[in-house]
Amino acid sequence: MRVAIIDYGSGNLHSAHKAFERAASESGLGGEIIVTSDPHLVRRADRLVLPGVGAFADCRRGLDAVPGMVEAMTDAVQDKGRPFLGICVGMQLLADRGLEHVTTSGLGWIGGDVVEIKPADKTLKIPHMGWNTLDQTQEHPLLAGISTGQDGLNAYFVHSFHVNPSNRASVVATTDYGQAITALVAKGNVAGTQFHPEKSQKLGLALIANFLRWQP
Amino acid sequence: MLKVRVIPCLDVKDGRVVKGVQFVDLRDAGDPVESAIAYDAAGADELCFLDITASHENRGTLMDVVSRTAEACFMPLTVGGGVRTVEDIRNLLLAGADKVSIMTAAVNDRDFVRRAAEKFGTQCIVVAVDAKKVSETSSPDRWEIFTHGGRKPTGINAVEYAKEVASLGAGEILLTSMDRDGTKIGYDIALTRAIADAVSIPVIASGGVGTLDHMVEGLRDGHASAVLAASIFHFGEFTIREAKEKLRANGLPVRMD
Repeated sequence: MRVAIIDYGSGNLHSAHKAFERAASESGLGGEIIVTSDPHLVRRADRLVLPGVGAFADCRRGLDAVPGMVEAMTDAVQDKGRPFLGICVGMQLLADRGLEHVTTSGLGWIGGDVVEIKPADKTLKIPHMGWNTLDQTQEHPLLAGISTGQDGLNAYFVHSFHVNPSNRASVVATTDYGQAITALVAKGNVAGTQFHPEKSQKLGLALIANFLRWQP
Repeated sequence: MLKVRVIPCLDVKDGRVVKGVQFVDLRDAGDPVESAIAYDAAGADELCFLDITASHENRGTLMDVVSRTAEACFMPLTVGGGVRTVEDIRNLLLAGADKVSIMTAAVNDRDFVRRAAEKFGTQCIVVAVDAKKVSETSSPDRWEIFTHGGRKPTGINAVEYAKEVASLGAGEILLTSMDRDGTKIGYDIALTRAIADAVSIPVIASGGVGTLDHMVEGLRDGHASAVLAASIFHFGEFTIREAKEKLRANGLPVRMD
């Protein structure tokens, strides 16, 4: 099994790489984890991971700046059905549109817009930064064996925008920050986490292992 | 519910920890990576490295430390100290830091905050605010920014400065009371609260923590989102777990994973 972490100049992929390697070895799944900006390797990978930090438009621009990357991802994920995980802005890019500063098109793999978090409670700080629990809204293999709810494990979030999906059926888990914030989305072989599994210790490594095992 | 964060901070000089972790038996108490692993296992919510390396030539040792820490610890890491250029930030992020803390460079050139946030995103730009009280006892509180470890006054109003850097794109403020730093008599609560209430971004309280009650005060009364501490953890006076139990007993949400 070869897992491609897509490098398009958005942030540091070093810890994501190490976290995926750790999860693969601890779960006994093995396989090769590569960080690549080569569309040919992305097209041939068995599983794809799209990280992303910063602003939506910058990430979209970065992705488009790699010739053939979006086409390679589309081919592997939409046509060949390879499992895909987007992380943070990499998850937001799955939506139809990002509304951060300017309106930018997303990949449109999971319908909806990426909107600003506007808590009614003004004491709530933005960015939503730190550890928060997940409220699971439906069963999903990515959360297998992970305890959720108020007393469950925590995931590490840092973001000011979140996905507002057009179809609630694509939401797997939310997190509570003055409102229900979309934390985990999935549709077929495509999934995305708003939180950073590579920074979420126990919960993160378990989720990554689940992704490596996932047979959608 | 979002948890309050407990953040141990390690001073790193020439790639070695100054006042290293002594609460566990480490093979090498001077190795920042071993200390980081120990805090990871102890349940710290984030880690902070403050580089106090004097010469720029030894900067490479820090990069190596950050990189090895990111390989071993799957928790957020903030690195600060001597960050002057966009290139410095890029290098630290590429080495594996999640957030970079900037201090003097932001005081000297406010636009640096905007450029950094635009380039790398608000989420990874922490602005360190070192403040000292300058008002007389009888007059209203006023704090000013000091640089060079609290030695150099700038005349800049700390609350106004915090608001300005927040509007320029800082994602978080690391607030240190230079009056309280190293005193162990508690955070400057009035300062912490004045700044936390003035900005919409999270504030990390730092400087002066000596007991676990001080942490409760910083979060509950100072309205900080996180508390940073160094010596009380390094020397084993309190464990991270004890700190969190104390916070929980006082009704503050903590992560016990």
